[in-house]
Amino acid sequence: MADLLIELFSEEIPARMQARAREDLKSLVTNGLVEAGLTYAGAGAFSTPRRLVLTLDGLSAESRPVREERKGPRTDAPAAALEGFLRSTGLTKDQLEVRDDKKAQVYFAVIEKPGRAAPAIIAEVLEHAIRNFPWPKSMRWGSGNLRWVRPLQSILCILTDEAGAQVVPMSVDGIVAGNTTAGHRFLSQGRFAVNNFDDYAVKLKRAFVVLDSAEREAAIWQGAQNLAFAAGMDVVPDAGLLTEVAGLVEWPVPLMGRIADAFLHLPAEVLQTSMREHQKFFSVKNPKTGRIEGFVTVANTDPADHGATILKGNQKVLSARLSDAKFFWENDLRVAKAGMQEWLDGLKAVTFHNKLGSQADRIARIAALAREIAPLVGADADVAEMAAKLAKADLRSSMVGEFPELQGLMGMYYAREAGLPEAVALAARDHYSPLGPTDSVPTDPVSVAVALADKIDTLTGFWAIDEKPTGSKDPFALRRAALGVIRLVLGSRSRLNIRQVLSRGFDEVRFEKMIAEGRSESALFAYPSELLGTTTAAFKDALNEFGRLETLRSIKELLAFIGGKFGPFVEGQARLDFLASTVHFQRLCDGLFAESDLLSFFHDRLKVFLKDQGIRHDVIDACLAMPGNDDLTLLVNRATALAAFLKTEDGPNLLQGYKRANTILTQAEQKDGVEYSFGADVKFAETDEERALFAALDAAEAAITPAMAKEDFAAAMTAMATLRAPIDAFFTAVQVNADNEIIRRNRLNLLHRIRTICSGVADLTKIEG
Amino acid sequence: MSVPAQAAAAPRSFQEIILRLQSYWAAQGCAVLQPYDMEVGAGTFHPATTLRSLGSKPWAAAYVQPSRRPTDGRYGENPNRLQHYYQYQVIIKPSPSNLQELYLGSLQAIGIDMALHDIRFVEDDWESPTLGAWGLGWEVWCDGMEVSQFTYFQQVGGHDCRPVSGELTYGLERLAMYVLGVDHVMDMPFNDPSAPIPLTYGDIFRQTEEEYSRHNFDGADTAQLLRHFEDAEAECQRLLDFPAEDPKTGKKIIMAHPAYDQTIKASHLFNLLDARGVISVTERQAYIGRVRALAKKCADAFRLTEAGADA
Repeated sequence: MADLLIELFSEEIPARMQARAREDLKSLVTNGLVEAGLTYAGAGAFSTPRRLVLTLDGLSAESRPVREERKGPRTDAPAAALEGFLRSTGLTKDQLEVRDDKKAQVYFAVIEKPGRAAPAIIAEVLEHAIRNFPWPKSMRWGSGNLRWVRPLQSILCILTDEAGAQVVPMSVDGIVAGNTTAGHRFLSQGRFAVNNFDDYAVKLKRAFVVLDSAEREAAIWQGAQNLAFAAGMDVVPDAGLLTEVAGLVEWPVPLMGRIADAFLHLPAEVLQTSMREHQKFFSVKNPKTGRIEGFVTVANTDPADHGATILKGNQKVLSARLSDAKFFWENDLRVAKAGMQEWLDGLKAVTFHNKLGSQADRIARIAALAREIAPLVGADADVAEMAAKLAKADLRSSMVGEFPELQGLMGMYYAREAGLPEAVALAARDHYSPLGPTDSVPTDPVSVAVALADKIDTLTGFWAIDEKPTGSKDPFALRRAALGVIRLVLGSRSRLNIRQVLSRGFDEVRFEKMIAEGRSESALFAYPSELLGTTTAAFKDALNEFGRLETLRSIKELLAFIGGKFGPFVEGQARLDFLASTVHFQRLCDGLFAESDLLSFFHDRLKVFLKDQGIRHDVIDACLAMPGNDDLTLLVNRATALAAFLKTEDGPNLLQGYKRANTILTQAEQKDGVEYSFGADVKFAETDEERALFAALDAAEAAITPAMAKEDFAAAMTAMATLRAPIDAFFTAVQVNADNEIIRRNRLNLLHRIRTICSGVADLTKIEG
Repeated sequence: MSVPAQAAAAPRSFQEIILRLQSYWAAQGCAVLQPYDMEVGAGTFHPATTLRSLGSKPWAAAYVQPSRRPTDGRYGENPNRLQHYYQYQVIIKPSPSNLQELYLGSLQAIGIDMALHDIRFVEDDWESPTLGAWGLGWEVWCDGMEVSQFTYFQQVGGHDCRPVSGELTYGLERLAMYVLGVDHVMDMPFNDPSAPIPLTYGDIFRQTEEEYSRHNFDGADTAQLLRHFEDAEAECQRLLDFPAEDPKTGKKIIMAHPAYDQTIKASHLFNLLDARGVISVTERQAYIGRVRALAKKCADAFRLTEAGADA
């Protein structure tokens, strides 16, 4: 048993790559050693800006010998078969054994791999790991061909057992492994030798290097808090920054400074973002004023003046940065207070997507949509429209130009400063939400309306230009937008009809698309706009009436045919009008296809969303098959109640009874060619069980109908559950297909009542099991 | 090449910092070149860097390069922003294994004491879309201030750099302001403050910053600039289209450098057009692509010359 210590010493490794690199080094080396037949007891990986370190303990001294037997071709097989076997085993013919196998003689290869000493294996595995290291970006340097994240300068690789430490003989591109390393770049001089991991860690610390990033993080956080505490202030926690800073220093020394008074009135987020992004400073808050008033910077050295020079320099850089921020803030305030028109005009020149117009075009669409959605989510239409018009104005502000991550937030500050309603300010901040599945959903109705309009415009826009997500590719984050819509609708318990809203979105966006496409064929669009409205409506009616996209597809093909066939024979303006109308109708058809496609995309997203909440896909299908499936809130209420019902004891049993009734009924209907939907009459009932079922159905129906009218699905399911026992008893005691035709028909009609009552709640045929 | 063990005394002027860098890198064995005599956006554009980083011939050069970024003009009022400024550029091929130490030595030479200051190498990948070039390295921070760019060139003009050049770029004004403790660039002593005629940076450049700011934003004739851009592009191509053999001398003379001059010209004209605000977002990419295409062709041509060949 021995302990292995590896250190790969390089020029500064980017902080963001270190954590991953530690894990990669560990898995590459340990996997390689284990595959080669070595075993080990424990492993630890560490990193600093200049080194990646792996330590293994309890490593076996050599690999187990391996004996492998492989059966080859028969001795009388063609020569090519034997040659292939020799090639694959790497043996010569006289090294093979010939054995009797059933009726023939067969070649056997016996390959014995003796155990190998650990150092030889380590050398191979480490070289392979270095040459195949999965850095996100790697480079060459000097005259060599080796790739590493930055120039690799030395390799320490020692194996330590009771006898002492030995260097594992290996080299990579001229870098020969040894037993020495170097300490801190400025605080330590020269190289030193180490014997084992403990010795290494101790000597490093003496050379001003804290090896463990967790220890550096703890030291930074503790030090920062102590400094702040002494001044009666609090450090604002920032785990991401802490990890990053710990990856920038080997010997962390936190220093605290004050932000000059001239900058204290800037929004806290501006100060924090500027300090974090540009300077990697922690923000320090004064609990008495609630403002960010100081910063903590972390030096990588411990100078004689206790950091006075370093602090002074950092303070100077910060002042220059914040002067910029202050300039942006004041400049932006001037525009905001003047009504933000300068920004809105500026957005006309910013392309959102070349087929979907400028940001200003997009905002106009969102504003129109927000106005329509507003009453559906309990917001004032005028306020929602105003909020939508201004929500993205800050994209043109200087501050957001400098710090894109402050978009929305600056919009809120500027709206407040401009004296706009608070709902408008909040919508500017919140209309991008929710960004991810865990991001919070806005609650203010105006924010909800604008957030919905924003996402629906994105979805309908990209659907209209056929830029849908495919496989893992979703460059415009459309899945996220759809999930956002779902969460916004459910979160606000809104009863808006998603199909209608999408349709409205398409109305807005299709004009953009047609205008964009029409630029190259502008003459074609002399189409009167009133006519456009009526034809669109007529097409939608047609679609709803036929309920079939196929019909529409045929119409579209017919139009293309007509256009191609007869276009050339029509002359002058009439020809343009003719072409315009056929082209227009074809586009309209495309739009309707897109609408239907987007709705099913929504349903798929809803399934994913509900599956994450533990609702099975077949339950969702059973509810999607019901009318009102474009009301997401209703759909989810139904699915939740059904899922809960199926978890009760009655649930699956009732389902069996329902399915049995449905099967018998369907078979009979197919056989007889009639539908048994005439009212069953209790006077033809022969048995108590039959009569009991009549009574139970009457009672259930009396409870279910009002419950469904109130959309109280839980109550409806509870009422449905009461049918379980009577249905079970009925099937046990009664044979449906009685000889007496009147009684048989009456029973089939009775089954029909089961079907009607139950399938009014959900399409239970879709439920599995 | 040896690196000084400790920091030199504090310099007193902008030019003293330049002179110290010159003598430091001369002592490290670099050929101290003079600025390229054309308008460029950065020291990297000097053919001593772009072209000489190609091919296998060893190379070591250092020089000051006046650089122009028309959009950065602030009429001389901003304490840190200038449309004309100086870069100090060091390029060594192959990159020596102690390049970081050599670099730190240069900071000591201009009076930055490692025992008092906090020097950091912070990840920063360099890319020049107009030159078709990229490399990995860092921005170097001194007490939180970016004082240099440190890059290992991986590709230039679309060619893999073999061997790799190490490139150091110092933003001279910013670095000097820090070392000299000056808050506004125009207040910085250019020559020694105790000289018989002491001159500040502002004495020399305030007026030109004003003039060029007006020129860049409002004065330059955009129609003419567009024409010149087209001309430079065409001329670059025309020069490269000549057959390699010169009929007069009978020698192989590829006009890689004259063609590259036209690339530099096109690049600067593009920057001016950009400052005049006549290039839209979509056009921008197209212009950058056109300059890059020229840079690539010049790199291709240079690789066929003696200086750019593989030994």
